[in-house]
Amino acid sequence: MTYIPISPNERDAMLKTVGVKTLDDLFDAVPKKHRFPELDLPPALTEMEAASLLSEMANTNENVREHMISFLGAGAYNHYIPSVVDHILRRGEFYTAYTPYQPEISQGTLQAIFEYQSLMTNLTGMEVSNASHYDGATATAEAVSLAYAQFRGKRKKVVMSPTVHPQYREVIRTYSQGMGLEEVGDDVSIDPEAGPEAVMSLVDENTMLVVVQYPDFFGRIHDYTKLIEDAHAKGALVCIVANPTALLMLKTPAEMGADIVVGEAQPFGIPLWYGGPYLGFFTTKKSYVHKMAGRLIGETVDNRGQRAYVLTLTAREQHIKRERATSNICTNQGLLALASAVYMSTLGKTGLQQVANLCYQKAHYAASELSKIDGFGLCFSEPFFHEFVLCCPKPASEVNEYLLANGILGGYDLGKDYPALKNHILMAFTEMNSKQEIDTLVEVLKEME
Amino acid sequence: MATILEPTIFELSSPGRIGVTMPASDVPHSDLPNKNLLRSDLPLPELAEVDVVRHYMKLSKFNYSVDDGFYPLGSCTMKYNPKINEDTCRLPGFLYTHPLQPIETVQGNLVLMYELQEWLKEISGFAGMTLQPAAGAHGEFTGVLMMAAYHKSRNDSKRTKMLIPDAAHGTNPASAGMLGFSVVTIPSDARGNVDLKALAAACDDTVVGMMLTNPNTLGMFDENIEKVIELVHKCGGLMYGDGANLNALLGIVRPGDLGFDVMHFNLHKTFSVPHGGGGPGSGPVGVSERLVDFLPSPLVGILEDGEDEIPPLYGFVTPKQTIGRMKAFHGHFGGGLVRAYTYIAMHGLDGLKAISQFAVLNANYLQARLRGTYTIPYDRICMHEFVAEGQFAGSDVRALDIAKRLMDYNFHPPTNYFPLIVHEALMIEPTETENKDTLDRFADALIKIAEEAKSQPELLHDAPHITPFGRMDEVKAARELVLCCWLPEDYQNQ
Repeated sequence: MTYIPISPNERDAMLKTVGVKTLDDLFDAVPKKHRFPELDLPPALTEMEAASLLSEMANTNENVREHMISFLGAGAYNHYIPSVVDHILRRGEFYTAYTPYQPEISQGTLQAIFEYQSLMTNLTGMEVSNASHYDGATATAEAVSLAYAQFRGKRKKVVMSPTVHPQYREVIRTYSQGMGLEEVGDDVSIDPEAGPEAVMSLVDENTMLVVVQYPDFFGRIHDYTKLIEDAHAKGALVCIVANPTALLMLKTPAEMGADIVVGEAQPFGIPLWYGGPYLGFFTTKKSYVHKMAGRLIGETVDNRGQRAYVLTLTAREQHIKRERATSNICTNQGLLALASAVYMSTLGKTGLQQVANLCYQKAHYAASELSKIDGFGLCFSEPFFHEFVLCCPKPASEVNEYLLANGILGGYDLGKDYPALKNHILMAFTEMNSKQEIDTLVEVLKEME
Repeated sequence: MATILEPTIFELSSPGRIGVTMPASDVPHSDLPNKNLLRSDLPLPELAEVDVVRHYMKLSKFNYSVDDGFYPLGSCTMKYNPKINEDTCRLPGFLYTHPLQPIETVQGNLVLMYELQEWLKEISGFAGMTLQPAAGAHGEFTGVLMMAAYHKSRNDSKRTKMLIPDAAHGTNPASAGMLGFSVVTIPSDARGNVDLKALAAACDDTVVGMMLTNPNTLGMFDENIEKVIELVHKCGGLMYGDGANLNALLGIVRPGDLGFDVMHFNLHKTFSVPHGGGGPGSGPVGVSERLVDFLPSPLVGILEDGEDEIPPLYGFVTPKQTIGRMKAFHGHFGGGLVRAYTYIAMHGLDGLKAISQFAVLNANYLQARLRGTYTIPYDRICMHEFVAEGQFAGSDVRALDIAKRLMDYNFHPPTNYFPLIVHEALMIEPTETENKDTLDRFADALIKIAEEAKSQPELLHDAPHITPFGRMDEVKAARELVLCCWLPEDYQNQ
C-alpha cells in the first residue's frame, strides 16, 4: 500500500493544470534508456502483512528481556526506561517535526534541547554542552577535531589510552584520515596492569589531545587529576570519555580539570536497539565553544518580550562556513536528546542516584561471589563502578559459549581486542540484574568443567 | 524581565520531590569507593511524574509538525511518517538486542539488514552498500573518505580538488573540507543544469571527483547528466551523488545506471523515517564496483549458504581495503533501518514509483498554481521541488517575511535563502503525501500573501501573529550566549 491521498480524478485535474497528459510525461529530462527500470523487489505488503513479517523477524532474535539473562555491556547497557519516556517520544509534535529552523513554531524542541544541554552540563560539571552527536564514538572523534582546530593544525599528535573503547579508537582513526595526525598510546599489547600514567611519557609539545576513559574500558575508576595537570603542563588538552550512569555517583571530570567530556548517553533512556540510534554527548569549557561542532541552543527573547530559545552560533556550521567548517555535522540525534532529558527528569535526582547505587551494589556483589569460584578472580584491584574484568580458567570465548548454552549472555570477550587478555571477560551489571540472576550466573560457572 | 510561557524543568524542580523510583537493593551492601572518588552533589531536577508529563506536553504544543499539517520544507522531504513503523521498530526482539550479542542469536536483525542492503542496491543500481552511517552528512563523509582511499590505492596523490556546483548543500563542501580537499565551485547554466563549459575547464588530473545533487536544489533534473558524468570520469574523477533528493527518482532512474560511483541515502527523507525534531536520521551509502572494497567495516554478509530447510547464516564481513569504522556498532538499526525496511516492504516497485510520480506531480502542480504571482527563476518541469523568489518589484517584503506570514495561515514555511544562487529563495517541496485540497489552500495562502505584500506590508514584517511566539532576537542569543540553566538554588553560584 501507499500513503498517497490523491484520487484518480484529482490526479487528472492536476496533470491538466501542469499541462502534461500522464504522470510519466513529467520525466522527459531523464535519459530515455535508463528511464523506468524494472526493479527486482518483493511484492508490496499491506500493513497487516508487514506487521506480521516484522514480528516474525524480531522473534527470530533472542533478546535480553525474554530469552537470556545478560551481563553484556562494553558500551551499550541494559537499563530500565520509565514508561513516561516513550509516551513523550511518541508525541507526533516532537517526532514528526524537523530541525528547529523556524523558532516561532519550534519552541517545544528548542526548550527541550536547551534543558538537555543544561542537564548534561550539570551532570559533567562542564560549562557548555551541544545539542548532540551521533554516538559516543563520533563525539570522541569530534573532540579530536576540536583540538585540531584549537591548535590550527600545528600540533599533530593524539595520545590515546589503550583502555579507551576499541571501537571509539577505530572511529578516531577513520575520522582523522585527512588531518595527517599521529595517533599513539593505544598499543594493546602493553601491560594492562599499567595505570593511566603509562601514556604520559608520550605526551610532548606536539600533543594536541590526550584521550582517556572514565571508568575505563575495563571498568576501572581512575582519578585523572594528576594526568590532566601533567598534560596541561605540556600545553595539551584532555578529553575524558565518560559513562553517564557512573557520573551520577563519581567525582565529575570537570573537578579533575578535563577540557572536553564526551560519551555515550544510551544508558539514559535509550533502548539497546541492536546498537543504535544512540546519543553522543559533548561538553566542554566555554572558551572552546566556537571550535565545537554540532548544534547549540541559546536563550533569548521574542518580539513580544517572551523568553525563548534559538539555534545559535550557527556561523560555526557547515551551511555558513562550508569547506572551512570544523565538521560537516548538522542534524543528528534530536529525539534521543529529548529521550535522555525525559529520562533524567522522570527519575530525577533521587531516582538517578538509586540507579547508580543499584548498578554499583549488584556489580560488587557479583564480583565478590564470582571471585569465590575456583579458577575465577578479579583481574584488577582498582575500584570499579558497574563493570569489571573477570579472569577465567579458560578462554573467554569458551566460557561465553557455555554460558549461552545455559541461557546466559556472558560478558565481552577482551581477547578480541587485547591479545594478552584471551581468558578475560568484561562483565556488566545494572539495576536490571536481580540477585537471583547473579546467583544463577555463579551457580552455572561453578559447574563449568 | 521576560515573560515565561513555560518554566524550565530546572525551575519546576522542588527539593525532595520524587518521580519514578527504583526497587530496594536485593544484594548485601558494599561500601562505596573512597570519598575523594565521589561527587559531592548532583544538581539535577526533582519532580513528580505528573510534573514531567505536563511540562513536556506543554512544550510539544509549541511545535509544528507533519502530524499537525503541511510542511513543505525544500530538500527535507517532510512526508507523512506511517504509524506502523513506530510499532515495528519497537518490537521487543529489536528493542532488547545488544549490539555485541553472538550473531547466532540475532539472525532476525541480520536478515533485515542484509535484505535492506540488497533492496537499496536494487533501487539505486549500486554494487555495494553500507548501512553504518548515522545521517546524510555522515554518509557524505563516508563517501568522500572512500573517494580519497580509492585514489590513494592507485598512488594517484595529486588529486586534491573537489568539484561542487553552486547549488550544492553546505554539507558537500564541508565533507570535502574534512579530507583537506580544496573546493572548486561549478556554476549552473540558465536552465539550472551544470554549466558544461565551466565543468570541462575544471576537469583535469587533480580532480578527486564531483559532488552533485541530482535533481539539484533547484528541483531540476540535469538534462546533460550523462555528459557531466562522462567529463568527470574522463579526467579520472569519481562521481558523488547527494541522495537528499532521491524522493524524485524511485523507480524512475537508478543513479548507479547513470554512472554515479557513490551516493548516500537519507532514510529519514525518502523512506519515511521521522525527522525527530532534528534526528536521528540514517545515511546508508551505495557504491559502484570499483569502490566496493573500500566500504566501511563491518558490512552484513552471508557467512554460510543455506540449503533446503536451513536458512543461511548471516554475519559481519570486512571489505578488503576498508576505510574503517564510521561509528560504534552497526548503524541506526532500530530507529532507522527497521522503519525503512517496513516502508519499502509495504511499497514494492509500483508503490515506490508512485511515490516519486506523485511527489513530482504535487511539486509541478504547486509551481503551476504560483506561476504568475511569484517569479520562478528556472521555469521548466521540475522534479519533487522547485524554487520561487520571495520578493516583489517595488516592495520591501522579503522571503523571510513571507515565510513567517505563512505560519499565520497554519503552514510550515518552505526552506528560505537556499539555494544561494536564487535571490530571496523560497524552496518548496510538497512531497507525495499531501492531497489536492491542501496544495490549493497553500497556493491560495501564498497568493493572498503576495497581495498583502502590496496592501499591508507591515503585516508581513511583523509576522507571525497567531503563533505562541513571535520573531526572535538572534543577536541577543549569540552575544549573551546563555547556553544552559540551573536549579534555582544554584543560580547564585553561577
